[in-house]
Order: sequence, then structure tokens, then C-alpha cells
Amino acid sequence: MTEVNTVLPPLSERSNILRWMRRNLFGSWSDSILTILGILIVYWVLKGFLTWAFTIAEWQVISINLRLIMVGQYPVEHTNRLWLWLGFLVFLSGNSIGIWARQSKYAVGLLIIPVLLALLPFGPEPRKWLIALTVTGLIGWGLGRSQPEALKRSVIVGWVILLPIIVLLTNGLSESETGFMSIVKTNLWGGLLLTFLLTVVAILFSFPIGVLLALGRRSELPIIRWASVAYIELVRGVPLITILFMAQLMLPLFLPAGWTVDRVVRAMIAMILFSAAYLAENVRGGLQAISRGQFEAAHALGLSGFQTMIFVILPQALRLVIPILVGQFIAVFKDTALVAIVGLFDLVGIAKTVLAQPAFLGLQREVYVFISLIYWVLSYGMSYLSRQLEERLGVGKR
Amino acid sequence: MTDEPIIKVEDVHKWYGNFHALKGINMDVKKREVIVIFGPSGSGKSTFIRTLNRLEEHQRGQIMVDGIELSHDVRNIEQIRMETGMVFQQFNLFPHLTVMQNIVLAPIQVRRWTKQKAEEIAMELLERVGIPEQAHKFPGQLSGGQQQRVAIARALAMQPKIMLFDEPTSALDPEMIKEVLDVMIELAKSGMTIVAVTHEMGFARAVADRMVFFDKGEIVEQGTPEQIFNNPQSDRTKLFLSQILRH
Repeated sequence: MTEVNTVLPPLSERSNILRWMRRNLFGSWSDSILTILGILIVYWVLKGFLTWAFTIAEWQVISINLRLIMVGQYPVEHTNRLWLWLGFLVFLSGNSIGIWARQSKYAVGLLIIPVLLALLPFGPEPRKWLIALTVTGLIGWGLGRSQPEALKRSVIVGWVILLPIIVLLTNGLSESETGFMSIVKTNLWGGLLLTFLLTVVAILFSFPIGVLLALGRRSELPIIRWASVAYIELVRGVPLITILFMAQLMLPLFLPAGWTVDRVVRAMIAMILFSAAYLAENVRGGLQAISRGQFEAAHALGLSGFQTMIFVILPQALRLVIPILVGQFIAVFKDTALVAIVGLFDLVGIAKTVLAQPAFLGLQREVYVFISLIYWVLSYGMSYLSRQLEERLGVGKR
Repeated sequence: MTDEPIIKVEDVHKWYGNFHALKGINMDVKKREVIVIFGPSGSGKSTFIRTLNRLEEHQRGQIMVDGIELSHDVRNIEQIRMETGMVFQQFNLFPHLTVMQNIVLAPIQVRRWTKQKAEEIAMELLERVGIPEQAHKFPGQLSGGQQQRVAIARALAMQPKIMLFDEPTSALDPEMIKEVLDVMIELAKSGMTIVAVTHEMGFARAVADRMVFFDKGEIVEQGTPEQIFNNPQSDRTKLFLSQILRH
């Protein structure tokens, strides 16, 4: 055997990290300068932010007002009703993860989130509930995993009745103060609770309306087509804030005398109508991508126009536009912040009331950073879920 | 072969704007007859076959399919589409559904069969076209020839009385043409009424009862394969045949 006379590459080539850095960060003089400049800028920004966050910021404004930020003025004695529907929501999520995300190792980790939230300064009562949420979620997950086929149907039914249950529990039933589940007026709904409800209602109702408008815009009947086009272009041509104002101030003009519509409901209607116009255009984009051959094949088989849409065209069209739809949903979520301007106490509205208290004057930075964090976490969550959905639905695509 | 025509076409005209695509087509198709329509591109042969199930609307003349007149009446159109299966050049399978779901969709939704019955018949058809093992794949995972065979099974699942083929092998790679033609030949021999637009002269020779030559929106000539191949009357037919048979 001959002596192997190996020549090792220079040290900088043997270390993966060094090699990567040399190629990507210090490839040339200009690259090196940009790299160093970039590092300086990041250092400068991070240093400023972290110094503020850990030495100057007075985070007790958050911990003292955490309840307000979460649910606004919602009465303490009824808060357990909110925990109840949250529990149902987490249970269904656990079920669904157990049934539909079996191969994902990490999905079940989502159910740990409530326990992690319990680390925040919530006080003993919410902590108990948060831990209970994770337990509920894990029970749901276990059930879903062991009985996927048997549970599928009831889990879907559960998701369908979730919104009515949420609204019922949040709003209450009986008129009297002392009765079973007495009504909590919507002017007491606030914070993340209100933002969440506005978002969910706006998305769920604007979606079918948006699909109908998109179909209407492609209809062969001129009246339907023109009405859809007129609606879409009209709504897209005005800012959301003006629609919100009109819903608050002008809607009463159109209603018969003596009729009133709740202010939160008015805001919801405005959000729905606004979002539907944008969704319609997104869905239309998907519809246009479906080839004529698909319509012809469905028609040739004897499917009616309605059946063709439901079974052949819409499933394909909607799948194509999932990323755009989710983008729109995230936009709706963030746009709910505008209801603060018309006097509702959503996350931003409640932030303003917190900051109006004399004890917390001048703490805008803390409060707005915190609610931004809430918006970001939830938006990112939606975006993450949409990617999972795309991957799952991508199976067997053309 | 009974003498009762199942398709009656009388003086059918069709315009695209000012372009006269079909200029007075007359044709009777008897039950169990196999008709091959051929002709140069732009001759109106695809347009014609698509008027038979109203994928194209004709503007003058009359089309009767199985005793029902094609008119603006939606119920008549749906009735006729249940009786006629169609196979397209581009397959047009539904990409979001599995092979099985593609086949059972219309029987369940239109014929109102139970899922079980529809799936049983779908499996029989997949065996007939030779790809039962592909039932649970998506169309995108199959070869062109396999996709076209699924499309044939999908059309047959509605138990049509007539099958329309619109250039079923034109989009296929050469090595896959035979597997589709074999299925079509078997279908023709089983007694199905077939109207096929195709340039597969082997298929025409093997099973066609009648060949119809289209050019410039008109029927120029028709006859048995023997007459057409051995003794074409029109110069246009001769020219066209010499062009496609040269290779």
C-alpha cells in the first residue's frame, strides 16, 4: 500500500462555517464592506431596543392591564364563559391535529401554548384555566388519534357550530342581571376578545359573499354581472375607515325608525362588506386559471352548472388562491384595528384607554410594542397554518 | 343493427362571428353504428361533434339525439348529456380528484346512484380499460395514455348510449396511442354507438361502419372505409388521404 500523500485544503476550506462565510459574506471587497455595515446596523438597532426593553421599559403597564388588553371591560364574574368556549376551541384543535396532522411531529406542540402563556403575569385564576386548556387540548388530541374515522364527522360539525357557540357564550342569554347566563352588552367587549370576534366573523361571512360576487362577476346574466362589478369596484374604491364611519353614522338613516343595530354588529357588517369585495377579486383570479376543458368535461358528463361549480371548479380555483386568501384574512385581522377610530375598544382601542389613565401616561412604547407582538404572533400563526394547508392539499396536483 | 337513427342531424349551420364554420350538415347515425369523421384542421369536424352534446350551440337546423331535440331547453340538454359520453383531446380529467372520484362523481351526483354501486361499476370499468390498480392515484400521477383511458371509463360510467370522441389520441405520445385505440376498438365491437373525430386510419379500417370527410364546414364525401380508402370520389378527399397516408 502506498503512502497516501493527501494534500488537505487550506484551513479556511476545511471549516464549513468559515467556508460559508468566505463565500457568502466576504466574497469580494464590496461584499465585505456591506457585511460589516450590516452587522453594525443590526448591532445598533438591537442594542437600542434591548437596552430599552430590559432597563428603561416599564412593563408593569402590561401586567396591570393584561385583563383589559385581553377582554376589555368584560365582567369578571362572566369570564368563565369565555374560558368555556376557548376550551371547546382548543379541544377541537386537539381533535383535528390528532386526526389530520398525524404525520406532523410538531403540531401537537401547539397545544402546549396555553401552558406557556400561563408563565405571563396572569394571576392564579387564569393560570388554572390556561393549564386546563392544554389538558383539554391533549385529551382531544388523544381521542382524535385513537378514533380518527369515528370522530371525523363530529369534529367537522363541532367546527361548524363553534362560532354560534362562541357568540352565544360571549353574549349570554337572559335579560335579567341575575338569570342564567345574563347578557353582557357589546360595549363591554374589548381587547383581544373583540379583535378576535371581529376577525372571525368578518372572515367567515365575507368568504361566501366573496365567492358569490366572483361567480356573479363571471355570470352570463348581464344584471348579475353588472351588479357584482359595481359592488366590487365601489367598495374597493373607498378606504375601509370611511365604510366603518358610514356603518356607524349612516346606517341608522336607512333603518326604520326605532330600529337600532348594535355598534359592534355595525362594525362587523362593515368589515364583512369590505373584505368580500377584495375576496371576490382574489377568487376570480383562481376561477380564471381553470381551463375551459374542465367546464366542458363536467358539462359533458351531465353535471349542472351548480354542480360543476361546487364539485369541479371551485375546489381547484380556491386551492390555487390559498396564499392570496390567507393574505387577505391576515389583512382583515389587522384592519380590525381601525374600529378603534370609530370608538370600539379592540386591541388598539383598549391600548388608547390604558394610555389615557394618568398612572400610565407616556408609556405608549410598552403598550404598542406589546399589542404589535400579539398581532404578529397571530398573523404568523395564520400564515403558518396556510402553508401547512397548501402542502396537504398539494397532494397529486397536476 | 336496427334502422332507427339515434342521432339525426338536419341542415345544421354554425357561425363564429362572420365565419361560417358549419354549412348545412346532414347526418343520420344508426344505433350501434361506428362513424369516423376526418378532415383537415379547421374543417369544422370538432365543432360538429361538439354540437351533438351542445358544447357548441348550432344556429340553424335541427339535431335530435335519442328522440330528444337539442334546443335552448336546459332539461333537454341535460337529458342528452346523460345519454352521450364524451372523450376530449386533452383528457380533461379533474386534477383535484382521484381516478375513482373522477369516475363516480357524475353517476353519484347526476344519476343519484349510491356511492357503493358507483364504485363497483367504476372498478369494473377500470378493469375493462386495463388500469384497476390506478384507482386511487391522482390524474397527474398517470401517463397520458392511462389518463385517456380513465377519461373513457369516466364517460362510460354514466352508461351512455352514444360515445363521442374528439381527437382522443392527438395529444398522446406515439407509444401510448395503441393502448387507447385498443380500448376504443373493444368498445366499438361491444356494440356502442360511436362518433369519433380521428385521423387514426387503422382504427377506421378496423371498426368504422362509415367514414365522413369534412372540409371547409361541409361533408364532402362519406362511405365505408373500403370505398373511402380504395375508391375516393372527390379530389379533396384524395388529396387529404394522400397527405396523411404518405408516412
